[in-house]
Amino acid sequence: MVLRKIYGHPKSLRNVSTHYCAGCGHGIAHRLIAEVVDELDIRERTVAIAPVGCAVLAYDYWDFDCSEAAHGRALAVATGIKQVRPQNIVFTYQGDGDLAAIGTNETIHTANRGENLTVVFINNAVYGMTGGQMAPTTLLGQRTATTPKGREARLQGYPLKISELLAQLPAVKYIERVSLHSPQEVVKAKRAIKEAFKNQINNEGFSLVEILSPCPTYWQMSPSKALDWIREAMIKEFPLGRIK
Amino acid sequence: MSKKILMSGNVAMGEGAIQAGCFFYAGYPITPQNELIAYMAKQMPEAGRIFIQAESELAAINMVFGAAAAGARAMTSSSSPGMSLKQEGISYIAGAELPAVIINVMRGGPGLGNISPAQSDYFQATRSGGHGDYHSIVLAPSSAQEAYDLMYVAFDLADRYRNPVIILSDGMLGQMMEPVQLSDKNNLKTENRKQKTKKWALTGCEDRAPNIIRSLYLKEGALERLNLVLQKKYNLIKNKEQRFEGMFLDDAKIILVAYGTMARIAKSVVVKLRSKGKKAGLIRPITLWPFPDEAFKSRHSAVKSYLVTEMSYGQMLEDVRLTVNGSRKVEFLGRAGGSIPTEEEIIKKVKSLMFKV
Ligand SMILES: Cc1ncc(C[n+]2csc(CCOP(=O)(O)OP(=O)(O)O)c2C)c(N)n1
Repeated sequence: MVLRKIYGHPKSLRNVSTHYCAGCGHGIAHRLIAEVVDELDIRERTVAIAPVGCAVLAYDYWDFDCSEAAHGRALAVATGIKQVRPQNIVFTYQGDGDLAAIGTNETIHTANRGENLTVVFINNAVYGMTGGQMAPTTLLGQRTATTPKGREARLQGYPLKISELLAQLPAVKYIERVSLHSPQEVVKAKRAIKEAFKNQINNEGFSLVEILSPCPTYWQMSPSKALDWIREAMIKEFPLGRIK
Repeated sequence: MSKKILMSGNVAMGEGAIQAGCFFYAGYPITPQNELIAYMAKQMPEAGRIFIQAESELAAINMVFGAAAAGARAMTSSSSPGMSLKQEGISYIAGAELPAVIINVMRGGPGLGNISPAQSDYFQATRSGGHGDYHSIVLAPSSAQEAYDLMYVAFDLADRYRNPVIILSDGMLGQMMEPVQLSDKNNLKTENRKQKTKKWALTGCEDRAPNIIRSLYLKEGALERLNLVLQKKYNLIKNKEQRFEGMFLDDAKIILVAYGTMARIAKSVVVKLRSKGKKAGLIRPITLWPFPDEAFKSRHSAVKSYLVTEMSYGQMLEDVRLTVNGSRKVEFLGRAGGSIPTEEEIIKKVKSLMFKV
């Protein structure tokens, strides 16, 4: 009988436990990236930029070169690194507050310049790190620390579809929205992340993967209810699939 | 053979930076530093380097953070309102101990102010400017030639101490044309070699453990330890890197203290006073941080008072007072908002003070 190893610990992921809450999607997304980096054999030339947000300590979990960036400025930092060292594979990992509120300017302009970068965008519809406030992606009616009666279009506007906005830009190569709410979706998410890294390896330009990711703590749900909520509510507002 | 050519202070800083091995530049247009960004847009690509017109000063300083983290000599430039936007980034650069050069061609403030020369950002540059207990090294040229020469110094200091270095210039120096003797020394080749010696840089973890560039320290005591490391570095810089120019200090009864554009006017005042037999002298700080307290040591025993002149309402004045520490009188003359104290005003002030002493 031939034994084949089909599952193991990725080399690019340190063997430590994370600080994430039970049922949080960040840990899964970190692991998917680590697996992709291993499979593409790019660990030794990868440079990650961690955001300011719940994933601020991502560099304690990935086992390759990492930088921090000020809140919202990950893509400016990534631009500086990639321009200086085009031979490296550079990616940012950013939450919805980081990428689509305080850092919107950097997001749009980095994409518009067509920088050859990979972006992993975690959409959990709240600000996790600061205590569950409204994010630009918060759904209408969703209660958060700063929308205690639920988000109201009249007052706070609509959930911001940054991926659809970015898809309008001619220099953008690839955008796909995926989700972590079931094993099948996790497999698709990994495939999208891999595509986004491959594009950079092939010098094809700006690629972004938006990942709908559960935050049971600030959605005030059990981990399994949080997955249901993605399936039943979030996907209606943020449809899955390839956007560009 | 090196050439002498006529150039504005802004262009001199751009050319100096390129010769000093600046590999990455990002900036956002603002008067009165626009000649600099335009010069870099043309010359950096021609020299095989990177130029980016950023979408804002926030983006520019954070691009510099990234380029510096990747081991390159990196620079941005702006003027006062843009410098305010860069402060968060400079604080991160200081906290992450990255080398970077930032030019401020100062203009009148507060707010949008105007586009005339001023020296009102002295506090911002020499105190932390952004949040946290940090210091940028601050260099103040007073001619196009010195602006050019100091670019080499700035990049070397930034690398040596892994620290932000600010060149504090102003709209007058930036836009005035003066002859500049170019140096034969082109640093890029040596710098590229040195880049490999930046063992901390993000280059990919081939043959080594992963590098992390960070300023976040959450564990109990860890941030205090970082701060103590920084404080030790700042003390070393204070001891080793003070620069100033002194004129007629040995027998001066009154010493003018001025930097940058203001120092040129003060210098001509001192020369005029000397020609009339008046014992005036000049201290021109070149490093504003570290402030050159060595210039004020008691060896000038004849001095009765110092007269600080600034294109502000008294910012460097505080450093002079702290340094002199009550042992002599410290007087002040300053105008801002785009106005500059004239030679006549200064001479009048000196005369009134000399009668008193
Ligand atoms: C300039 C600045 N403003 C505000 C903050 C505080 N802050 C830290 S993280 C964050 C929001 C994080 O939310 P998100 O980007 O959605 O990531 P998540 O924590 O949900 O993963 C905020 C507002 C900061 N660190 N810096």
